[in-house]
Amino acid sequence: MITMAGKAVRKWWALFVLPTFAAFIIGFVVPFIMGIYLSFTKFSTVTNSRWVGLRNYRGVFSDPEFVNALWRTIAFAIITTIIVNVFGFAIAYFLTKSIRGSSLFRSVFFMPNLIGGIILGYIWLLLINGVLAKWGRSITFSGTYGFWGIVILVSWQQIGYMMIIYIAGLQSLPGDVLEAAAVDGASKTQTLFKVTLPLMMPSITVCTFLTVTNGFKLFDQNLALTNGAPGNTSELLALNIYRTFYGRIGFEGVGQAKAVVFFLIVGAIVLIQNRLTTSKEVAA
Amino acid sequence: MNDKVKHGWLWTLLFTVISIVWIFPLFLVLLNSFKDKTYITVNAFSIPFKKTFVGFTNYINGIEQTNLLASFVWTVVITVGSVVLILICTSMCAWWIVRVGNASAKTLYILFLFNMIVPFQMVMFTLSKISDMLGLNTPWGLWIIYLGFGAGLSVFIFTGVIKSIPQELEESAMIDGASVPRIFFQIVVPIMRPSIISVAILQTMWIWNDFLLPYLTLDMSKYKTMPIAIQYLRGGYGSVDMGAMMGCLVLAIIPIVVFYLICQKYIIKGVMAGAVKG
Repeated sequence: MITMAGKAVRKWWALFVLPTFAAFIIGFVVPFIMGIYLSFTKFSTVTNSRWVGLRNYRGVFSDPEFVNALWRTIAFAIITTIIVNVFGFAIAYFLTKSIRGSSLFRSVFFMPNLIGGIILGYIWLLLINGVLAKWGRSITFSGTYGFWGIVILVSWQQIGYMMIIYIAGLQSLPGDVLEAAAVDGASKTQTLFKVTLPLMMPSITVCTFLTVTNGFKLFDQNLALTNGAPGNTSELLALNIYRTFYGRIGFEGVGQAKAVVFFLIVGAIVLIQNRLTTSKEVAA
Repeated sequence: MNDKVKHGWLWTLLFTVISIVWIFPLFLVLLNSFKDKTYITVNAFSIPFKKTFVGFTNYINGIEQTNLLASFVWTVVITVGSVVLILICTSMCAWWIVRVGNASAKTLYILFLFNMIVPFQMVMFTLSKISDMLGLNTPWGLWIIYLGFGAGLSVFIFTGVIKSIPQELEESAMIDGASVPRIFFQIVVPIMRPSIISVAILQTMWIWNDFLLPYLTLDMSKYKTMPIAIQYLRGGYGSVDMGAMMGCLVLAIIPIVVFYLICQKYIIKGVMAGAVKG
């Protein structure tokens, strides 16, 4: 069934849809389809590709650097998700109470989130190397240093962002339920764990998945802070893909296959989140 | 749920301390930007005094080595152009999708949703080759690329908003003989205003700070954005001039802080709108 307005609007597709659609074809659809195709070929430019079947994909999983980076990225995503959400929630919880100056504190916590990844990387390079200089070391001393350096950086960056989402969630909690808990004599801790947290599950789901996907996609901070050094021991997945493309000659096909695997991982995470949020909404 | 907390001033004190710790990294960069470059990493926490204080030398060096002022201008050109183009084109597209609502509109919408979950690494190689082939390796070419690659999120947010706008207003204007573009720009756009601001903020934050997309698509011999200029300071091998780096970092952070102070209210709203992004 189409409305009267719909009929009139439909004729105007060339003005309303075509500009976005044309750019979308150039900027997304064609590169995406070509990307899938090239992952099954050997190539150095787009025009000289030769079909090799699944050889690139075998190359992906027989590359120890990739497998290491994959595990490192999973560990990184889990650790940052826990840190960012626990602290983000805790700060939001206290800053929604009537504490003097809480709006100023919110602004301060949110601030780092506006700064780009490359700049953040160099800010923390200064701070971390400044501290490590006391022991005559630097962040590239070992992969562990680099890993935890990125964890600290990303926590600093994202806690404020998640705090904002949690504050909005906390402020829209139904007041009568919380009052009822207080009238029934529930303690502050009981109310928090038995009433507030269950009611906050939608926000928690959103924030958890945001941090997980951000963790998987992290690139700029990794590049600026350590660039994977020493060796490739602090390299996360996105950086590994980038360096396969642009750091090793003859590995473009493997790089593209890695990118496809990367896309499938990120896509799967998003689909799981979608399933979870929709089922929650039905239950509520 | 504005319950009073016990010992309110203690909490204020605690959060004041945490806030100071929180902005300390930024303060440290500012402090070191006035220090001689040989003292920066070894003595990051000392206050610059007579021997180590160098005034604005680091800033001058930084600007000279990176051509930071030109980069600033290119970043502004790229960001403003892309955001304006994205706002106009995707809001029109979203309105068409919702009001027409037939099979092709729905297919288009699903394609845009799909775009949101694809990480940039998936298309980075092919996109950079295509942009070279089509001559889109200029700041204005990048407007088109950002419109294409960034369309998903904007269309998604706008369609959500437009679905909640009642159609009767548009229909009565149509009966009065108003043309379709006029209805969109004079009736629909004013109603969409809050969401347009949110999308503008979200896209500005993304494009201003973006590194890899412009790095791979722009012609590096002519145009560099600020993140790229700063990354270039690191160079291929050898050590970084930490003095110039500190100067550049401060200069890159200042516009962001100014932007934040002016549009804080809208930025928070934009973040909320963007939280739907997976």
